[in-house]
Amino acid sequence: MSTVLAGLKYSESHEWVKIIEGNIVLVGITDFAQSQLGAIVFVDMPDVGAKIVAEDEFGAVESVKAASDLISPVTGTVIAVNEDLVGEPELINEDAYGAWILKVAVDDMSELDNLLDKAGYEKISK
Amino acid sequence: MVTYDKLIFELSAPGRRAYSLPKPFVKGYAMTELPAALRRKTDLLLPEVSELDVTRHYSNISRKNFGIETGFYPLGSCTMKYNPKLGEEIAALPGFANIHPLQPAGSVQGALMVYDELQKLLAEISGLACFSLNPYAGAHGELVGLMIMKAYHERRGDWRRTKVIVPDSAHGTNPASATVAGMQAVEIRSNPDGRVDLAALKAALGDDIAGMMLTNPNTLGMFENDICEITRLVHEAGGLMYYDGANLNAILGKARPGDMGFDIIHINLHKTFATPHGGGGPGSGPVGVTRELCEFLPNPQVKASDGHYYVFESAEAIGRISAFYGNFRVWLKAYVYILSLGRENLKALGGLATLNANYVKESLKDDYELPIAGVCMHECVFDGLKDKSTGVRTLDVAKRLLDYGFHAPTIYFPLLFPQSIMIEPTETESKQTLDAFIATMIKIAREAAETPELVKTAPHTTPISRIDEVMAAKKMILSYKDYLEDRDKQGEN
Amino acid sequence: MFKYFPHTEADLEAMLAKVGVKTIDDLFKDVPKGVFFQRDFDVQASLSEVEIRAKLKELAAQNRQYTCFAGLGVYDHYEPSVISSLISRQEFLTAYTPYQPEVAQGTLQYIFEYQSLIQTLTGMDAANASMYDGATATAEACFMAEAITKRKKILVSGTLNPNTMAVVKTYLHFKGLELEMIPAVAGETSATALKHMLDASVAAVLIQKPNFFGIIEDCQKLGELAHESGALLIENADIATLAVLASPREDGADIAVGDCQSLGIPMAFGGPTLGYMATLKQHVRKLPGRICGMSRDANGKRAFVLTLQAREQHIRREKANSNICSNQSLMALYVTIYLSVMGEAGLKEANELSYQGAHYLKDRLEATGKFRLAYAKPFLKEFVMETLLPSELIQKALLDAGIFGAVPLAEYGEDYDNLVAFAVTEKRTKAEIDGLVATLEGLSW
Repeated sequence: MSTVLAGLKYSESHEWVKIIEGNIVLVGITDFAQSQLGAIVFVDMPDVGAKIVAEDEFGAVESVKAASDLISPVTGTVIAVNEDLVGEPELINEDAYGAWILKVAVDDMSELDNLLDKAGYEKISK
Repeated sequence: MVTYDKLIFELSAPGRRAYSLPKPFVKGYAMTELPAALRRKTDLLLPEVSELDVTRHYSNISRKNFGIETGFYPLGSCTMKYNPKLGEEIAALPGFANIHPLQPAGSVQGALMVYDELQKLLAEISGLACFSLNPYAGAHGELVGLMIMKAYHERRGDWRRTKVIVPDSAHGTNPASATVAGMQAVEIRSNPDGRVDLAALKAALGDDIAGMMLTNPNTLGMFENDICEITRLVHEAGGLMYYDGANLNAILGKARPGDMGFDIIHINLHKTFATPHGGGGPGSGPVGVTRELCEFLPNPQVKASDGHYYVFESAEAIGRISAFYGNFRVWLKAYVYILSLGRENLKALGGLATLNANYVKESLKDDYELPIAGVCMHECVFDGLKDKSTGVRTLDVAKRLLDYGFHAPTIYFPLLFPQSIMIEPTETESKQTLDAFIATMIKIAREAAETPELVKTAPHTTPISRIDEVMAAKKMILSYKDYLEDRDKQGEN
Repeated sequence: MFKYFPHTEADLEAMLAKVGVKTIDDLFKDVPKGVFFQRDFDVQASLSEVEIRAKLKELAAQNRQYTCFAGLGVYDHYEPSVISSLISRQEFLTAYTPYQPEVAQGTLQYIFEYQSLIQTLTGMDAANASMYDGATATAEACFMAEAITKRKKILVSGTLNPNTMAVVKTYLHFKGLELEMIPAVAGETSATALKHMLDASVAAVLIQKPNFFGIIEDCQKLGELAHESGALLIENADIATLAVLASPREDGADIAVGDCQSLGIPMAFGGPTLGYMATLKQHVRKLPGRICGMSRDANGKRAFVLTLQAREQHIRREKANSNICSNQSLMALYVTIYLSVMGEAGLKEANELSYQGAHYLKDRLEATGKFRLAYAKPFLKEFVMETLLPSELIQKALLDAGIFGAVPLAEYGEDYDNLVAFAVTEKRTKAEIDGLVATLEGLSW
């Protein structure tokens, strides 16, 4: 049984969004997503400064037998990527909500209203 | 002997030699004349070994391999039939091995005649009009076939047709080939018995569809019984039908893709026509087409006229897709195989392959989950053990088979079932071999119930046990240099 | 019964009974009536081994074997005798792609060794387990450059082998990538033209070494130009020469590709050979094809396995960078055994002998007064001569003397009318070279 945290926003493609302050958010993949993929061996992340667009692909996560595109839940600019994941992609398996992938400056925070809350995401991640 | 664990580099000793070359015959020429900027500066990491070191090393590591002559190799969708020795002997003849591809046509009439004869044989066997033997492999054939499909529509001035319909049961190469050919794959769902869903097909058809790729029998080993309706619908909508020849072995002598309405086809000579797989290649994937598409076949083309053979570069062709004539020595072996079989045995082949698969299916269905009942073609698919309570998965069954001296079947493909086991016995296997395999599969089912740990930790008798694939992907040790660097790093820590 | 079909009458009867049908044709009820193949194939009846051997020997005899002075992508190099003996072991020959690593360590280990050898020769960080041939590998390198740079134009040197060029053209045309030809000036890629052609839309610059004319170009300079505008350098290099010529890595290449036929593989009418492909560490995940990696088994034993499979078509499907799902594994074994036999010393010696023979032949041809080196540039084993003798006359004289060489380049370009190409490997003796010269010396028209 995978964990879904309260207070985060979720996309149907299994990414989570956590508001840090103002329009700055962290983006990662959910515990359900990591459990489906199995041991993660690589995270393909965009460059800092890249523009990402909601519902567009911004990278990928790979396990030994699967690859899954990362679909951006928000539109904005990448202001940091989690460099720890370069050497230790398994951090996502260990703590999917701690191991963020991107830090993003979101263009329009109202976009987050389109995302799911805990209850909504629990329904699709059973 | 299987404990041997050296890399060739680890046998190296400075000064050792395994080669002999002629002595220089004239003074006054040396590569030091070349400008220094053009010469290599960095060191090389090549082994220095004796000739016996080389032969012993590769003989030893060969013993860690399982080949068709080692034992039964029921790898589904791969058609691991016996590879006759005669083909090897013929392909090694100096008259075939020592000819340069740029020699004038008049000096390679033997090779060109085999090209022409084999393309005609494949045309008769498949029901298409003409073939190119240039494509190197099945996936290469798919790519070439799709290029032909695209070029056909473009030459008619129809630029909208850029989409290719692919059933969701298709092998991954189908959609990948579409992308590489600059087209988009449109996936359609299968119906509950694993065949093309006609309603889904109709919904997908339109004036943006270039054609459809289909494997028949499909990847579940089922014959598409609506095939005539499928080809009619696609043709009516203006599309072409592509036949993925991966499973041609099933129907050889019983049905021909051309008669089903296919326009373009590739044949895997390394499957149906018994050329060795070589541990992953070289294969050969000739592409055949209907009369109206012949002009699109890739260059170079070979044509016969009055008993003489010519090489052509056609301006109508899709272009060149290989440096020369494809994998010549592979298609030469296929030619020898077809001559060996002849009319009568070509006719019988598919039936025997299909009988073998059905015999295995009927014999295992009490112990393994049969998701689709009824007659199968040349391969049968189970969805894991019938008794799911033991926790023993398909992977475990496959690994346990290795302990008993059988190669594993294809597992986790097709993707339609979570625990797929796909068994393709081929026509070259005897009832005795099949009975031994069946008895072992049933024995493993019993072990799964009684001693599940034994199965879950299999294999126990192979040169290595289960491998850490996560470590391989994360560490990325892809060469001896990487290995040395990693070892040094470990040493420092 | 036929020798490859083991079914006895009793077997057939028992198996049909188990399956619950009367005849084999009953298994084909799903085949629509109109499609069921009723007649016999229009193919001759089964031939015995004796008959096939006789027939094929006769066909082989219709292929003439020459003393080979031709190159242009396929070379008559030395093939150590151990190769054919080891290659024919059924454990290597008949195995499938190594999907079950526990019973395929033989294949996986030699692929690892092959990758290691390509790595060291090219100087790049990592090689894949091989491609179909040098030409298709080159085309796939262009796709790879597109995936890395997200740009869509490839600049191809006019000194690329025309057959390779033709394959690249076909691939790029269908994939929807742009191709522009960098003009060749005096047998070399024009750096001046390249400078003008480079802009932010160029994914890669594709060059060959030694080039189509046998000339060893200064690739480093071309690479620097490419990199200045953010494009990659793809270098197609004759792998056998890399023991002595600057490696693609030293040239600044981002992707190294080429054919491995020159490493112990018979000419065999051009196939099978194999293409190699190597790149820098940061681009490894964009490499097409199989890759083998080292790992450990459950008992801590060193072991090999296909890795980074998430790049490949069976997982990525339409999103894969390539549709390739095999490698030329057995041909990679040829290369691995060849390089094990030759080592650094042997490979250098073979190159030195080729160099010596080629330059000796060039000098002797020039001394006849009928030939002139077309481009006075450095070369190794292959070179192009200019002559006023008609190429048909030369060809015929040589073929009659049992020699294939002086390949006319006229069919490859209008500027090449008076050009003929020669290649000399370590196999060519002084007597053979002198014989060739003697044949041409007396020609006149």
